[in-house]
Amino acid sequence: MTAMLEVADLGHTYQAKDGAHTAIADLSFTVGTGELVCVVGPSGCGKSTLLRTISGLIRPTRGEISLHGNEVRGVPDDLAVVFQDYSRSLFPWLTVQKNVEFPLRRSLGRAARRTRAAEALEWVGLAEAGRKYPWQLSGGMQQRVAIARALAYRPALLLMDEPFASVDAQTRFELEDLLLKVRTEQDTTVLVVTHDIDESVYLGDRILVLSTSPASVVADLKVDLPAQRDQITTRESEAFVALRGEVARLLNVGKTSEEVRARRKANEQQAAKWAEAERAEASRAEAEERAGTT
Amino acid sequence: MRALTRGLLGVAGFLVIWELFGRSRLVPAEYLPPPSVVAVELVKLLGDEAFLRDVVATVLAVLIAVALSVGIAVPLGLVLGSVASVRHATRAVVEFLRPIPSVALIPLAVLMLGIGPETKITLAVYAAIWPILFNTIYALDELDPLLVETARAFGSGRVRVLASVALPSALPFVLTGIRLAATTSLVVIVSVELLEGGSGGIGQYIAIARSGTGRMDIVLAGTVVAGVIGYLLNEGLDRAQRRWVGWSSVTGGRS
Repeated sequence: MTAMLEVADLGHTYQAKDGAHTAIADLSFTVGTGELVCVVGPSGCGKSTLLRTISGLIRPTRGEISLHGNEVRGVPDDLAVVFQDYSRSLFPWLTVQKNVEFPLRRSLGRAARRTRAAEALEWVGLAEAGRKYPWQLSGGMQQRVAIARALAYRPALLLMDEPFASVDAQTRFELEDLLLKVRTEQDTTVLVVTHDIDESVYLGDRILVLSTSPASVVADLKVDLPAQRDQITTRESEAFVALRGEVARLLNVGKTSEEVRARRKANEQQAAKWAEAERAEASRAEAEERAGTT
Repeated sequence: MRALTRGLLGVAGFLVIWELFGRSRLVPAEYLPPPSVVAVELVKLLGDEAFLRDVVATVLAVLIAVALSVGIAVPLGLVLGSVASVRHATRAVVEFLRPIPSVALIPLAVLMLGIGPETKITLAVYAAIWPILFNTIYALDELDPLLVETARAFGSGRVRVLASVALPSALPFVLTGIRLAATTSLVVIVSVELLEGGSGGIGQYIAIARSGTGRMDIVLAGTVVAGVIGYLLNEGLDRAQRRWVGWSSVTGGRS
């Protein structure tokens, strides 16, 4: 299997007012073409920083990222992102159809765009909703639109940042199965960032377990489950239960030793600060890009 | 329909109170003629060509003033809203100019521009710029970073983010600014017409009716027409706003 994404010795340090914060240290992994890899880690461990560096939204301070052999500098042309917060990532002034067409505006003519968007909406079961506005749809349907928009772009790599964390449990199951279905049908390479252990086991071909911040890879686990998954029987199977136990153990879930608790608390306290530094970084990256293009 | 009925009831109630007050002799009838008298005068005025010409002059001046304010304030707001250094540099000047009532600038404007229509339009533009300018700046502040990131992640450059994300997202705020600006310009234009004259308009018509003949019924009929124009302006722009950017009220009070 050839590597679609290669991350080598990646590190990122934010410069905040009161000192530097290292979000990622020494992160290396690869994602093969056609694979679905889940990245799971404790909250505030630098997962979204990882995602932003891969998508080219921020430039890492160390290390290298390459997408099908080309080093990532700036936003790659054939990469799509699905964010957690669908209500804020869909454009409210555009219809569902136009939202899906948005990323195609640069590359395709009107007719081709329309066909491609309609096709993608059909994949996610929203063929009838094209004329509606995002806010007229339920949360789960909105996230389907975001997925359709990403798929319509025909990305070499589909990045998903906690894509199902903001929908109810029932909808989450539906969307997980939808993702598995379309990625098989469209043969898409997918990297899903999640904090949900069960979800990572259910979705993934492989699971990358990250440490607490600064993030590094603790384990790279192969998911030994049949390709065809089922929300009830797969989750009941011995292999599933064993694997989710292993991931949970690696993440120290449920352990309440003083040390773990103290570390977790410190992590939470700093999470807000890091988020701020991250936003500042993102706007700085944008400013740099602006300076570069004008 | 119920909202309309309620609105009509409100207007009817107001007219009844005015009528009773006008006929009560608490104030001399020639100072505050009751609406029944004013209504008769209003019908006569609507058939009077000179008056209609004044109405057109006022409405035209308002439209020109609003168009000019949009042309100045929106681009200025986009610059001030997206370049922090320019905004900081101009802050002191803006905060000094903004609170000056435009009516206080009438003597200066008359001295510089005379008493033609350009004076009242200039003063109206001066007053109408602020709500549009501030709403545009505010709109850019409120721009959701996730929308920008989404567009960037799909390879949109700086210019495209501004044109396809920042502008549409700012539109509801800008339209609110324009709505406020339209009523403000009407107030300023009628005021200047009243105080200075020379350029026609409802204000001047009212001023002449008052000073020459002391006909308060004509004065009030003219005032009613000015009020109706203001109402129609606001209502029309409100409808346009709901029609074009209806999404903003649904996605969270952006107006």
